[in-house]
Amino acid sequence: MDVIDRPLYELARLLESGEVSAEELAVEFLSRIDKVDGIVGAFVTVDREGTLSGARMADKARRAGEAPSHLAGIPIAVKDNMCTRGIETTCSSKMLRGFVPPYDAHVVERVKAAGMLVIGKTNLDEFAMGSSTENSALRVTRNPWNLQRVPGGSSGGSAAAVAASEAPAALGSDTGGSVRVPASYCGIVGMKPTYGLVSRYGVVAYASSLDQVGPLAANVRDCAIMLRVIAGHDPRDSMSIDAEIPDYEAQLGRDIAGKVIGLPKEYFAEGIEPGVRDAVLEAAKQLSKLGVEVEEVSLPTVEYALAAYYIIASSEASSNLARFDGVRYGHRAEGAVDSVSMFMKTRAEGFGPEVKRRIMMGTYSLSAGYYDAYYKKASQVRSTLKSDFDRVFERCDALLTPTAPTTAFPIGERIDDPMSMYMSDVCTVTANLAGIPGISLPCGWQDGLPIGMQLLGKRFSEATLLQLAYAYEQAAGYPSRKAPVTKDRGCCSCH
Amino acid sequence: MPLTDYEIVIGLEVHAELKTESKAFCGCSTKFGGRPNSHVCPVCLGLPGVLPVLNRKALEYAILAGLALNCRIAERSRFDRKQYFYPDLPKAYQISQLDFPICSNGSIDIPADEELGGGTRRVGITRVHLEEEAGKLVHSGSGILDSEYSLADYNRGGIPLIEIVSEPDIRSPLEARRYLEQLKLLLQYTGVSDCKMEEGSLRCDANISLRRKGESKLGVRCEIKNMNSFKAVEAALQQEAERQAELLDSGEPVISQTRAWDEATGTTVFMRTKETSSDYRYFPDPDLAPIVVTADMVEEIRRRLPEMPDEKRRRYVNEFQIPEYDASLICGSKPLADYFDSVVAVYEGSPKTVANWVMGELLRLVNQEKIEVESVRITPRQFAALLRLVDEGVISGSIAKTVFEEMFATGEDPDKIVARKGLKQISDAGELASIIDRVLAANSQAVESIKSGNQKAVGFLVGQVMKETHGKANPQIVNKLLKERLGL
Amino acid sequence: MELTPDDVKRVAELARIELTEDETRAFVKDLNDILRYVNRLQQVDTEGVEPAYHVVPLENVMRVDCVTPSLPVDEALDGTTGRSGDYFKVPRILDVD
Ligand SMILES: [Mg+2]
Ligand SMILES: [Zn+2]
Repeated sequence: MDVIDRPLYELARLLESGEVSAEELAVEFLSRIDKVDGIVGAFVTVDREGTLSGARMADKARRAGEAPSHLAGIPIAVKDNMCTRGIETTCSSKMLRGFVPPYDAHVVERVKAAGMLVIGKTNLDEFAMGSSTENSALRVTRNPWNLQRVPGGSSGGSAAAVAASEAPAALGSDTGGSVRVPASYCGIVGMKPTYGLVSRYGVVAYASSLDQVGPLAANVRDCAIMLRVIAGHDPRDSMSIDAEIPDYEAQLGRDIAGKVIGLPKEYFAEGIEPGVRDAVLEAAKQLSKLGVEVEEVSLPTVEYALAAYYIIASSEASSNLARFDGVRYGHRAEGAVDSVSMFMKTRAEGFGPEVKRRIMMGTYSLSAGYYDAYYKKASQVRSTLKSDFDRVFERCDALLTPTAPTTAFPIGERIDDPMSMYMSDVCTVTANLAGIPGISLPCGWQDGLPIGMQLLGKRFSEATLLQLAYAYEQAAGYPSRKAPVTKDRGCCSCH
Repeated sequence: MPLTDYEIVIGLEVHAELKTESKAFCGCSTKFGGRPNSHVCPVCLGLPGVLPVLNRKALEYAILAGLALNCRIAERSRFDRKQYFYPDLPKAYQISQLDFPICSNGSIDIPADEELGGGTRRVGITRVHLEEEAGKLVHSGSGILDSEYSLADYNRGGIPLIEIVSEPDIRSPLEARRYLEQLKLLLQYTGVSDCKMEEGSLRCDANISLRRKGESKLGVRCEIKNMNSFKAVEAALQQEAERQAELLDSGEPVISQTRAWDEATGTTVFMRTKETSSDYRYFPDPDLAPIVVTADMVEEIRRRLPEMPDEKRRRYVNEFQIPEYDASLICGSKPLADYFDSVVAVYEGSPKTVANWVMGELLRLVNQEKIEVESVRITPRQFAALLRLVDEGVISGSIAKTVFEEMFATGEDPDKIVARKGLKQISDAGELASIIDRVLAANSQAVESIKSGNQKAVGFLVGQVMKETHGKANPQIVNKLLKERLGL
Repeated sequence: MELTPDDVKRVAELARIELTEDETRAFVKDLNDILRYVNRLQQVDTEGVEPAYHVVPLENVMRVDCVTPSLPVDEALDGTTGRSGDYFKVPRILDVD
């Protein structure tokens, strides 16, 4: 197996034993990017120089016995809405083209502190708003399993990079499913942690009360490793929780017999493709063979979650994105004769249609006379939803649902129909609203496209979710399958 | 119909910057001035991805101010975003408080306008809330509207502010001024704000309406902005009251609007109507956790409240036997009261003596030189040392005044001035005898007059000796020696 | 509650986004579609339910009043295309705050 196809945990072992150097690894991944990214389109920026010099430093440190961690020298991809000091951070928006942050996001600091290398910044739906990565102002990202299909979004670049072996793991952000949906479409593992577990500092805010950074990886163990790298208290995020971070990896492989998993019936209702539903129910059977008790449960408010989500997310987004006014950084429209018209032209030129749509929706929801009917009402429904979850988690250790109602859809299919696009997140938004963790992992294939299943747990139950996911992954024999981006078709046949 | 037929109803909104070291939500310095955009960081510049973390001191100061204004401190409060686009507002929203201000339901007492019957006016404080300051704009032209472009400096952006909103309990422009003076005094006593209107650390907007005397329904109000001194507030409100009275007299309606005080013309000018005012789209800031203030926290902060003006005045009158008027005057300025207290603390003699000197010489020179009490060069220790020189008879009271002036000008120690200028009092009988001889010889007329029974002329002779010694002679001893020599 | 083109224009004005006529027309349709969907929230009985603005049980998160280094002036002004000396330059301001 090529080194680029090895799991991250194995790369760490190879580096520690000296079987491969960080520099060799960097060269391998960079040439993989050179080879396939013209087609996949996962990256918006590749930091060739930084990665190579960082790799050499990691090798030197390791030889001197001073490597900051066993992960030193492993490259990872970072979604381009996380600030990287000295490296352009665009949010895949015309608004931020050329913006070079003077600081690193907390998660980027953590990655660097472990000695890992940011190999590049990945494409996303502009400002993380979307479920297909088609809303990028910079480029199209294709699903490595089928290049005519979307990779999911908004962390589509990160998911595609991992699925196409351009990076062993990546960071994404998840506001309504933006890590889990692309993980599901690309056949990899993606996790949204408990709100507050990972600092948001330096992650360009979309919806502040929902945003969380999460890892995307080729398998559950790698996901566990990456979560530990980025989790932990940061005093610069007032919502960051000061809690002990367990060694998630060490806890994998624990016996899961006797755990109770709920199947919430609302997640298997109409709108879920039969193939997806059957694959998830099959996974439930697999889990019960492992000694897990599976039972049907109900969360009545789930039906309203997507509606509440769009109001809350749009409202917060309209406020968070107001700072893009052309004064201090980012795009500034030329030729405006007064400040108000400069704001209006700057924002008209800098934002794409979906971002404008959500800003408009959010501005309306918060405007005089509508606040109570929309923002406040949605926040009350959020409260009710949270109670629903609290109730089922009194009995269940986790819930099992599809990650998305369908497999990856064709590029262009939903781009002109906002409501159908929004439906992609119907199974994932609930975790963001309730602040609970969720993990997506592959549970089958349909027409050559991966199907994802989602495990949800109560707050801070990441270790349990990872144990369940790991046990399932081992029993099901995943992830033996690799995306065929070049193997089956080759670079040239895709054009 | 004259203005006196109307009742003026005024409510004030005051913004006061809090005297924290760092900004409300980031670690940048709050120092006034400095190179433009040198006290900014990703947080207060509103760069993408950054997050606010509340400065504990800012919250404590807001609570302290609330306690000084007799407010109820909210058990639960939170921050909201007030959203509007403006070049001085980096995030396009101000972190502020809407529904749950940290303090509410307070009051302060001021002397009511004598023309309205005098007595005490209690002005209700509706609320005190915590928010952040915006940046500063420098305009290319003479004002904002006639400028081709403007320049933004965000050094000030993010400094913590309290907004203090009064009830419409103020009844005249003079009362508005008194309210502001009292408010400033209380805030200065607590130490939470400098309240320097000239540096913009205290700003005031006013709401004013008129109603026929005896009527209870409030009239249509206008808001006045852009007043840069207490004097301007009083003048602007007077102007505006007259403008409204004229409208009402001529049967025209007052239209609810915002007006700006124009210092140059001494009038208020139209800015915008209230209908076109913004829709701020307030909502709870998701980046900041709620604030919960327990009774214990309030008590802990209450213990930090210093002695307030009223208490202090009572103490001066009762313990120090200082006249009511003097005590009020000293307590009416925080720096002056601080100065007085620190002299009393190091001086063994009577506080009343200190008060006499503070009210007399010190204030005379401070007013004459037009300086702030804070910048007086005489240290309390030097001040006490001077009084001691008088008490011990080393210098006379009148010489002390000369020494005081010198100290005021140079900051030099009093004993050094006395030594350098040879101002020591002459009490030595031998030394004085020869001077007295000369004076008696030169003033035979006066001596004759005394001998024929005119005791008053003794004073004249004492004066002559003092003159001869440039004030250094000890007048008591001179008096005694003269009487002996004249056989009285 | 159907949004009209005037409503959309008012919202765009508040959001400081200049819209073309085509965009205005498209947003009238899109926003009404979305509103029709989200209006299902009105079916949920939320009488007496405290709105959840946060899902983290945190309160009183504060820092000590301590000055930390600011950015160098050149770095603070690095991102703008409207630098003038040490300032951010903006065109004429027509609305008085
Ligand atoms: Mg205010
Ligand atoms: Zn700052």
